[in-house]
Amino acid sequence: MSPIVKKKGEKFTLPSKYLLFILTILCTGMVLLTFNTTVFSGPLSAVAGYTVVPFEEGISVVGSWLSGRSDELASIRDLITENEMLRSKVDELTIENTRLQQDRYELTNLRQLYNLDNQYDEYEKTGARIIAKDSGNWFYSFVINKGAKDGVAVDMNVMAGSGLVGRVVAVGPNWAKVKSIIADDSNVSAMVLSSSDNLVVSGNLKLYNSGVIEFGQLIDSDNVVVEGDKIVTSNISDKFLPGILIGYVNTINSDANNLTKSGYITPAVDFEHLEEVLVIMQLKQNVTEE
Amino acid sequence: MKRGVITAFLILICFLLQCTVFRFLAFGGIVPNLLIVLTASFGFMRGEKTGLVIGFFCGLLVDIFFASVIGYYALLYMYIGYMNGKFSAIFYPQDIKLPVALILCSDFFYGIICYVILFLLRSRFDFVYYLRHIILPEIVYTIVVTLLLYPLILWINTRLERGELRSGKKFV
Repeated sequence: MSPIVKKKGEKFTLPSKYLLFILTILCTGMVLLTFNTTVFSGPLSAVAGYTVVPFEEGISVVGSWLSGRSDELASIRDLITENEMLRSKVDELTIENTRLQQDRYELTNLRQLYNLDNQYDEYEKTGARIIAKDSGNWFYSFVINKGAKDGVAVDMNVMAGSGLVGRVVAVGPNWAKVKSIIADDSNVSAMVLSSSDNLVVSGNLKLYNSGVIEFGQLIDSDNVVVEGDKIVTSNISDKFLPGILIGYVNTINSDANNLTKSGYITPAVDFEHLEEVLVIMQLKQNVTEE
Repeated sequence: MKRGVITAFLILICFLLQCTVFRFLAFGGIVPNLLIVLTASFGFMRGEKTGLVIGFFCGLLVDIFFASVIGYYALLYMYIGYMNGKFSAIFYPQDIKLPVALILCSDFFYGIICYVILFLLRSRFDFVYYLRHIILPEIVYTIVVTLLLYPLILWINTRLERGELRSGKKFV
């Protein structure tokens, strides 16, 4: 050891003004760089993935276990009566099911005949658990516990139950960030199932509490779209696979220009109580990739 | 060194609480902003430099997981930490009024900047709605949490400072 030991007090210290200046430049640079590219997201998300995600996963498992227990206690009585009702329903449905299976067999044959493509229930899917939700109050995005290692990639569609939840916007090795369709800055190209009219579904922070999302730019000159119609993702969307249920038309109004219509949609997914989601492991095929 | 580890641990804990546990305890979908409490407290307890560094890392964590660009929240939290550091000269541990007022102002500033940059620029003009439904509830909830969290942060800080004095280190 050299006899000249650096004393603690003589350490070079950077005045906070300069540090602020340097970090401001750094941040501005990063904002500009990451606005269009994904330069930093790789290493940063890897580091964050190994330090933060394990904790998040643990907490969310405990949290959902606790809320699950309390729900169980509350609903045990309801379940008993419901159980009896369901038993009789099962018998009923079993009979119906056998009948439907025959129909399905026929349907498959006909599909093959027509060379129809898969319905979305035949896409390969993987289940994932939501482990963290947005730390702020402005947007609605969340983190799931599957990432690049499980084959999840950016732009994959995310569903819960039978409805569309959103799409993956960033992936780390063991986590992925999902932007939901109800987030204020999200827009989805959709269509009315019955009439194939295109429209745009957009999230709105103001409508979170009323449980609906907005739609607009619907051209429906024949007035065939009515309340209760199913809205699904359109086949012209470049991020979303076609035919995934978004929700049902709640209200519909004519716009001031008398050409287009707008209104509200009740989403098919209960965003309040989202815990597990399904990631569709297939990306929308783009023209450029062919 | 010890201070660094403990501070990093605090940032991690606050971030985790904010996006997991407090999501279960949200009132009307509003969660308190623990990271602001942490950044502001260290700002006025330890000075500008500590405030801005802690703010930077808090913001970076939010950026990585929830923002569409990296650097936006880091910048915002960093300036909040720095501005709180300006008040370290008039900070006394016995007084709770100044910390609460500063955290309140910080969270209000945070809300306004978020509204202007993330919403106003996308032509969402109804400021009064966002003020009443997002910004103010968040401030109220944050202040309530501050009354519990701030004494804890203060206690940790005084313990650390006492330890550092004893080992003869100079303040950084």
